[in-house]
Amino acid sequence: MSEKKPGVYLCKGCGIADAVDVGALEKVGKNEFRIGHCVVSDALCSPESVASMQKDVADGAVNRMVVGACSPRVMAEKFRFDGVPVVRANLREQVAWSQPAHEEDTEMLAADSIRMAAAQLAKTQQPTPAALGEVSRTILVVGGGVTGLTAALEAAQSGYDALVVEKSDALGGWSSKWPMRAPHAPPYRDIYGNDIEALIAKVKANGRVRILTNATVAKTSGQPGAFDVVISHGGQDVTEKVGAIVVATGWRPYDATKLTHLGYGASPDVVTGIEFEAMLAKGAPVKPSNGAPVKTIAFVQCAGSRDPNHLPYCSSVCCTASIKQALQVVKGDQDAMAYIVYEELRTPGTAEEFYREAQRNGVVFMKGKATSVDGKAMTVSYSDELLGQEVPLGGLDLIVLATGMVPNSTNVDAPAAADPEKDKAQLTDDINPVAPIAVAGYAKGEGTPWPHIDKGIPPGGPILNLQYRQGPHIPILADGFSDSHYICFPYETRRTGIYTAGPVRRPMDMAESAEDATGAVLKAIQALEGGAVGAAVHPRVGDLTYPKIGHEKCTKCRRCTVECPFGAIDEDEQGRPVVNFARCRRCGTCMGACPVQTITFDNYNPQMVNDMIEANEIPDEFSEKPRILVLACENDAYPAIDMAGIARSHWSPFVRIVPVRCLGSVTLQWVSTALQKGYDGIMLMGCKSGDDYQCHFVKGSALAKERLSKVGETLKSLALEQERITFEEMSIADSCRAPTVLDAFAKLIGDLPPNPMKGF
Amino acid sequence: MAAGQNGAGPASQTILVVGGGIAGVTAAVEAAEAGQDVILIERDAALGGRVTKLNRYFPKLCHPTCGLEINYQRIRKNPRIRVMTMCEVQGISGGRGDYKVSVQRHPRFVNERCTACGACANATEMMVDNPFNYGLDKVKAAYLPHEHAFPMRYVVAPEAIAAGEGEKLKAACAYGALDPDDKGETFDLHVGAVVWATGWQPYDPKKLDVYSYVHSRDIITNVEMERLAAHDGPTHGKILRPSNGEPAKKVALIQCAGSRDLNHLPYCSRICCLGSLKHAAYVREQYPDAEVHIYYIDIRAHDKLEAFYDRVRADPQVKFVKSKPAHIRVGEDGRPMLHGERTIDREIYAEPYDLVVLATGMQPSAVAGYRPTMGLVADEYGFLVPVEGDGEGMFSAGVASGPLDVSMSVQSATAAALKAIQAVRNA
Repeated sequence: MSEKKPGVYLCKGCGIADAVDVGALEKVGKNEFRIGHCVVSDALCSPESVASMQKDVADGAVNRMVVGACSPRVMAEKFRFDGVPVVRANLREQVAWSQPAHEEDTEMLAADSIRMAAAQLAKTQQPTPAALGEVSRTILVVGGGVTGLTAALEAAQSGYDALVVEKSDALGGWSSKWPMRAPHAPPYRDIYGNDIEALIAKVKANGRVRILTNATVAKTSGQPGAFDVVISHGGQDVTEKVGAIVVATGWRPYDATKLTHLGYGASPDVVTGIEFEAMLAKGAPVKPSNGAPVKTIAFVQCAGSRDPNHLPYCSSVCCTASIKQALQVVKGDQDAMAYIVYEELRTPGTAEEFYREAQRNGVVFMKGKATSVDGKAMTVSYSDELLGQEVPLGGLDLIVLATGMVPNSTNVDAPAAADPEKDKAQLTDDINPVAPIAVAGYAKGEGTPWPHIDKGIPPGGPILNLQYRQGPHIPILADGFSDSHYICFPYETRRTGIYTAGPVRRPMDMAESAEDATGAVLKAIQALEGGAVGAAVHPRVGDLTYPKIGHEKCTKCRRCTVECPFGAIDEDEQGRPVVNFARCRRCGTCMGACPVQTITFDNYNPQMVNDMIEANEIPDEFSEKPRILVLACENDAYPAIDMAGIARSHWSPFVRIVPVRCLGSVTLQWVSTALQKGYDGIMLMGCKSGDDYQCHFVKGSALAKERLSKVGETLKSLALEQERITFEEMSIADSCRAPTVLDAFAKLIGDLPPNPMKGF
Repeated sequence: MAAGQNGAGPASQTILVVGGGIAGVTAAVEAAEAGQDVILIERDAALGGRVTKLNRYFPKLCHPTCGLEINYQRIRKNPRIRVMTMCEVQGISGGRGDYKVSVQRHPRFVNERCTACGACANATEMMVDNPFNYGLDKVKAAYLPHEHAFPMRYVVAPEAIAAGEGEKLKAACAYGALDPDDKGETFDLHVGAVVWATGWQPYDPKKLDVYSYVHSRDIITNVEMERLAAHDGPTHGKILRPSNGEPAKKVALIQCAGSRDLNHLPYCSRICCLGSLKHAAYVREQYPDAEVHIYYIDIRAHDKLEAFYDRVRADPQVKFVKSKPAHIRVGEDGRPMLHGERTIDREIYAEPYDLVVLATGMQPSAVAGYRPTMGLVADEYGFLVPVEGDGEGMFSAGVASGPLDVSMSVQSATAAALKAIQAVRNA
């Protein structure tokens, strides 16, 4: 490695020089850290200053930098120089804008900011990425319905090979079971022919797509860019190398035999929507019981859906599907009557036009929850809210139950695991899929458990049978749907390089499934290309660092393999952790878990933060200047504090803030270092944990909270008060609250006697 | 038409994304992270579009800035993305792989030397309507769009320049960032594909004259309600009656204010039901004794969002009234009075409220601005839909393509990014 040539660049602009003595900061760099190359600029981000920094790099004067200026959240593009590690000291938002000018405590805070940055720089290395040798540019698509077929085609059109594994003997899935489709393009009114056969033909004709029917995935190991997949096909197991996986296993209709209260099974003339599609495919529908033409038909909506005894969620597509079928009936036979019995009619978006089209064509909509179906008398009873009683709708030739969609987040045909409790834990991956959704403040406390506990746990075996330390499943979320971040990043799962698409992750129609498949393919491409060069995917996109394990110190305690939120670390036969770097999302949770601090990243490691904590000057116990260490999540808490600074809010000058990748990366070693160094209080600031977690790394803040609960003993052994260490949930929108929280903690700490370890 | 066929220039593999809301930002980062060069243009002074003005998302009640922060980090560290704010497309010519896009940049009066120090804001006393808060409060005429603004750069209201404040502002700036003579400019971009993520605007409540939006300050829209509930809104998150600053403890939420109405927006805007359920939660969170009445046709809580509906329904102080209110008048006590007939029991009601929130729908922004004339076509409502098989490199994403929620917009934008990549690589 070439000689380290650090430089310190200090900015006087934006009020920094009005608040602190920049010359004194220069001395910190020069005298304390022996960094000779210190430059002060009136505006470091000005094109002139940036050019001169660039020149210093080009001249070989510096090859690593401390930039004491604004927050790392701004001007990143200006202070980016190829191959040069840059550490930012936040002198603007978190010093000059949030502290009184030129007070002793403000100067001390600024000096500490430079100290922490210099200490951080000393332990920062340019990352040496781990890149895969050979990368597979084949995308495995599990499922050959409309989602899977579209995924395969989109992959092929993007220059990647696709391998489709379909469990049944035919392509098309449920989508191939109906002749007509509801409209998804203007004018949004007309039914049109199902074009799935054309899609199948297109996929079959594409030279980049290979299709295996009657095939399932027996085993999956490896990582993005280099998954090894064993496929059971024709009685044989074949191994394929694939780069990424799109899970498009779709859905199955809710089991109608459970709907006896809706008359299923009581008469052949009570059928499901799916069964009715098969009847429509044959032409004008006739009564299954006697072959007579169907003149009067009723559709019963939410048959099993939105029902705590069956499917608690709305299956989204059934309203439109019933409207389509009703239109087929009334358009096919002018004399036919079609009723749709519904509680809420859900035709979102432009499907509203389709709803109106049905009304124009004489389809009758009856509002009320269908309470019972008499299959003998062919009557649907529904509760009429106006009359406050049940009203029968009789004289029906056929009753169609609009049954909902159940996600195939497991393979129902595969044998269930031997240990159901373990299997359930691995499926849910610490997130209770049926936990009540907290609705703001008025649902404080525990909340009432959802009435459909355990309905969300799907039966059967895993789809991919992942050979991961953390089990064979792709974890699920609420109601048994496959993993998805759900709002901002719907493709993100807890298994890197594996993307779910279509109704397996949310009830959706054919058009939406096709679109979803297209997006999932892009994520798959990014994952396998990222693996090729050793770059992380979402959310630390492009991060070339990865956890390196010092095997000589490793005690094989398995905490890193257990706690990784993404199942990135396996164990070898000797029980040693094995990092699959392309599965890793670089949150550092493993680093926080390691009791012997032997997991490191090139630019983020236990020793680095330890040094940062130790770099700060701790005034003696008579100074009445307590020191508070805040370890803050860099994605939410740290920006919230920054925004408090932008609003020119002030807070205690005794606080020293260290941004961390995720609270999950916080090792208790840092806490004990801080206590030994003489810090008087320690606060961990991170995202909301629990079932409606807001942690970008799923459970980092939950783990931090749990780990922190164990420091009580340490405190006791040091004869220190429990309240010196605390955990604070801080969302990114807490810029108003953050200063109050910091001040309240500073007051609490100020009221305690000083940490007796000071000065030792 | 593919590149080379029209001979206008060498093929470009750059993707232009028009619109910097959640769909546009997503399309831009997703395409760039697959290795494509991207130019992201936004009409406003900062990215984030409509979602940045939302207090929280349904159903997790988490904050939109949380996801935006990650997306902005992705932009910051990706040199493949160029962001241009205050820019609008004026015209497009050429074909796939070879589009010439004429762009109008509106004057910001602040150049890229701005450090966001705020000296210009301190130099003027002039106040203007705050666009971030839909004009519910005022802001200095030289201002940072909001605390989470990306790029973090000030903007000067044209009114300030017209009023002759320019030189004063310029003198206050130590960095040479103030440019009172900024006239904007027109320039051309050469790109291979275009993703239209032009988003939406709230349906104009003034057009719903029976709902008296202009006659009472206590009749507001759903997007304004988001600002009232937000910590960086005009009331710092307190839900107060705009007329007198008193707590709003009896609140009516009116669904389909414009949507599902042939005289206004014939389609369902999809998000308003869940938006109002969320608003019920905002009110109930702040005031344990508050009452919220939701007037609706159908509550469209599709898929897993049903659980959120269940949760709000379990609150005895939130009542659901199936009715489309006939009109709102201002009562003698100054409170809005809601009149109508309940659909179920045909009861006529006249009910006063502290605050009425109109759940106005989403109208595609493309209705007002420039629309592409090839590759995409506007449907009868103004949503941009593909022209199948024309071989163009134009794609729509997010609400520009139809009324979608945030999650679906992201899904749509990710798909559009792949289609755009295919278009430029196969050009």
